[in-house]
Amino acid sequence: MNNLTTYLAISAALFLLGVLAMMTRKSAVSVLMGVELVLNAGGLNFVAFSRFGNGSLNGQAAALFIMIIAAAEAAVALAIFLNLYRLKASAEVDKADTLQW
Amino acid sequence: MLGLALYILLAPLVAFTIVIFFGRKLPRGGDFISLFAIWSGLAASLYLFFTQMLGHYDPAFALSYRFDWVTWGTYKLNIGIAIDNMSMMMLVVVTLVSSLVHLFSVGYMKGDPKYHRFFSFLSFFSFSMIGLVLADNLLIIYAFWELVGLSSYLLIGFWHEKDSASNAAKKAFVTNRVGDAGMLIGMLICFTALGTLNLVELKDGVAQGHLAGGLLTAAGILLFMGAVGKSAQFPLHVWLPDAMEGPTPVSALIHAATMVAAGVYLVARLFPILTPDASLVIAYVGGFTAIFAATIAVAQNDIKRVLAYSTVSQLGYMVMALGTGAFTAGFFHLVTHAMFKACLFLGSGSIIFAMHHVLHNIHSHDDAQDMRNMGGLKKYMPVTFWTFLIATTALAGVPFTSGFLSKDAILGGTLAFAMEHPKHWLLPAFGFAAAGLTAFYMFRLVYLTFYGTFRKGSEAESHLHESPRVMTVPLIVLASLSIFFFYAAPAFNPTTPAGGWFATLFPTPENVTLASGRYVSPASSRLGDEAVEPTAEHASGTEALHSAHLEHLAHNWAMLISILVAGLGIWIATLAYYKWKIDPEKWRLRFGVAYRGMYNKWWCDEVYKATAINGTLGLSKGLAWFDGAILDGIVNGSATVTRLFSTVQGWFDNKVVDGLVNLTAMVVGFWAHFVRSFQTGQVQRYLLYTLAGVGIVIILVVI
Repeated sequence: MNNLTTYLAISAALFLLGVLAMMTRKSAVSVLMGVELVLNAGGLNFVAFSRFGNGSLNGQAAALFIMIIAAAEAAVALAIFLNLYRLKASAEVDKADTLQW
Repeated sequence: MLGLALYILLAPLVAFTIVIFFGRKLPRGGDFISLFAIWSGLAASLYLFFTQMLGHYDPAFALSYRFDWVTWGTYKLNIGIAIDNMSMMMLVVVTLVSSLVHLFSVGYMKGDPKYHRFFSFLSFFSFSMIGLVLADNLLIIYAFWELVGLSSYLLIGFWHEKDSASNAAKKAFVTNRVGDAGMLIGMLICFTALGTLNLVELKDGVAQGHLAGGLLTAAGILLFMGAVGKSAQFPLHVWLPDAMEGPTPVSALIHAATMVAAGVYLVARLFPILTPDASLVIAYVGGFTAIFAATIAVAQNDIKRVLAYSTVSQLGYMVMALGTGAFTAGFFHLVTHAMFKACLFLGSGSIIFAMHHVLHNIHSHDDAQDMRNMGGLKKYMPVTFWTFLIATTALAGVPFTSGFLSKDAILGGTLAFAMEHPKHWLLPAFGFAAAGLTAFYMFRLVYLTFYGTFRKGSEAESHLHESPRVMTVPLIVLASLSIFFFYAAPAFNPTTPAGGWFATLFPTPENVTLASGRYVSPASSRLGDEAVEPTAEHASGTEALHSAHLEHLAHNWAMLISILVAGLGIWIATLAYYKWKIDPEKWRLRFGVAYRGMYNKWWCDEVYKATAINGTLGLSKGLAWFDGAILDGIVNGSATVTRLFSTVQGWFDNKVVDGLVNLTAMVVGFWAHFVRSFQTGQVQRYLLYTLAGVGIVIILVVI
């Protein structure tokens, strides 16, 4: 049970759940949560390969970076959402459709 | 001399320019300017007449001033002024009649709204006529000839509000053009053959034989055609009677005394170069015109029309005289006729003036020119009556008048011609018959107008009175110039002009067509009767003697016959219209067709209308149809074809060319539309595409 395949399967499930959330949820915050799930699925992959790989700590360092990037990204994204809300009086992503033909 | 001649020529032109432009603003319409121009011209003409013409007393006296007008390479076209006896005589006639008519018009045209225009036109006419007389060159004569025609047109149509007047003006103009076309061709023949149009050079050229034979005859007859139009000879006489629509002074000046004499003057100028054949044609045209117009004059009731036909007839006399070689007589008749015919016309003007006044006062709209409305005017218009009577006797050819001298000379010349060429007996017959008719219709006119009782009733009669002095003085002057001794001096012979200054100064010029030797004249063929072959000098000597004898004989006979026929005419007129012993009505019926012919001017106008006018109209209509149907058809047809092609081309352009362009655009647009539908702006949709793309890549990689 305690092998690489299990971790990868959980990571893939997380990834899919994250993508699903990003695609289906209307609320911008929920989409952001989807993004967090996808990022953390990536981070879980790094950590899993680090544990069951050649034993170096590079993967764990990358996971650490991913967490920092996720925090920064959340800050930027929340700022965008705030502006979106001001502009459209709602925070639903399908309202932001100005950038089309 | 030259300066004086130029002054006479240009003064009326200056007057015309001033009066036509400023006359309206000048006091009295500027008539004094015109009057001064022509009277000073008369003074200058008389000065030339007495000092140069009578002073030199030389038949060959001639001066000419010439300058180069146009230079074409080596050829130079000269124009200039010729002053010889003939032009000085004509100058006096023109300026004298013109100045008297100017004076008369002051009274006659008084109160006319276009008073100043009338005087400017009179000046313009005087200028043209003087130019015509002074020109030394056929080209310049032609130019002034047309100017004279123009001023005649303006003056006939002076009262152009009346349709009849403007139509008469047009008729005169167009009829004259017919003759002028012939004249132009004649000039071109002369120019082609001789390279000059100068009258003296023409004569020299013909004398040297450069232009002879049939061509010279043709040139003579064609040049004569211009005279036929201007001098109203048959068959182009129809315009002159209609020209009486103009004011009466105009009729006196232009259509009796001066302009119509221009044709005779031209023939007289061309006299030396007229071949015997051309002369014969001229003589017959003149003779026929004389008798033809006289018959018409007999039956007319309009006083001016009688005088108009009488003018045509008298012009026929002059032309006949020139044609038969009686040069002196023809030119003499021109001068004397100008005086008494101007007097007659001005006298009729005085009568019409009075009649207008009467008819105006009794509010009648009758014709003021109809003799049937007149009668008994003798008592009220003594000056008019006496002057009119003197001029009438002159026209009728009563002895001791100028008309007797000149008409007798013509008849004598014609008779001499017929004695020499017996087959042409018709010419003197025409002449004598016309003389009798002339006496008859002129005395008919006098009796109807001046004798008997006034036919408009006594109430109207009270309005009759003599014309003002400004109108009677010209009458007196002209009437006194109808007396024989003005022309017979210094011989004072009342039967013949021979020995007088006129006959001395205007001898018959030598006909150079015979001198060239290419022609055998009928006169010279007579020499064959003589046994000895005569030398040229001897021959011409005998011939001259023979001719002189013949002429003397003819003259005596002519005088006798002409007095007889004139007396007969006067006697019949007296019986019919003074004593009323012969009932004119009865004779009118007795003459039947002949009377109706005379009354209707032998249907000349009708015949011309049926032939020339309707022919021209028919041709015009035919050409208009050709233009409208054929030419326009072709043009319209080509337009239709072009339009058809354009339609097809337009359709091809719209459907095929534009279709291809639009199809390209449509294809692009269709694809663009398709591709564009992916670009929704929805972030989540893009995510889906990315995922789908990654999925495809994975599937491709795995498989």
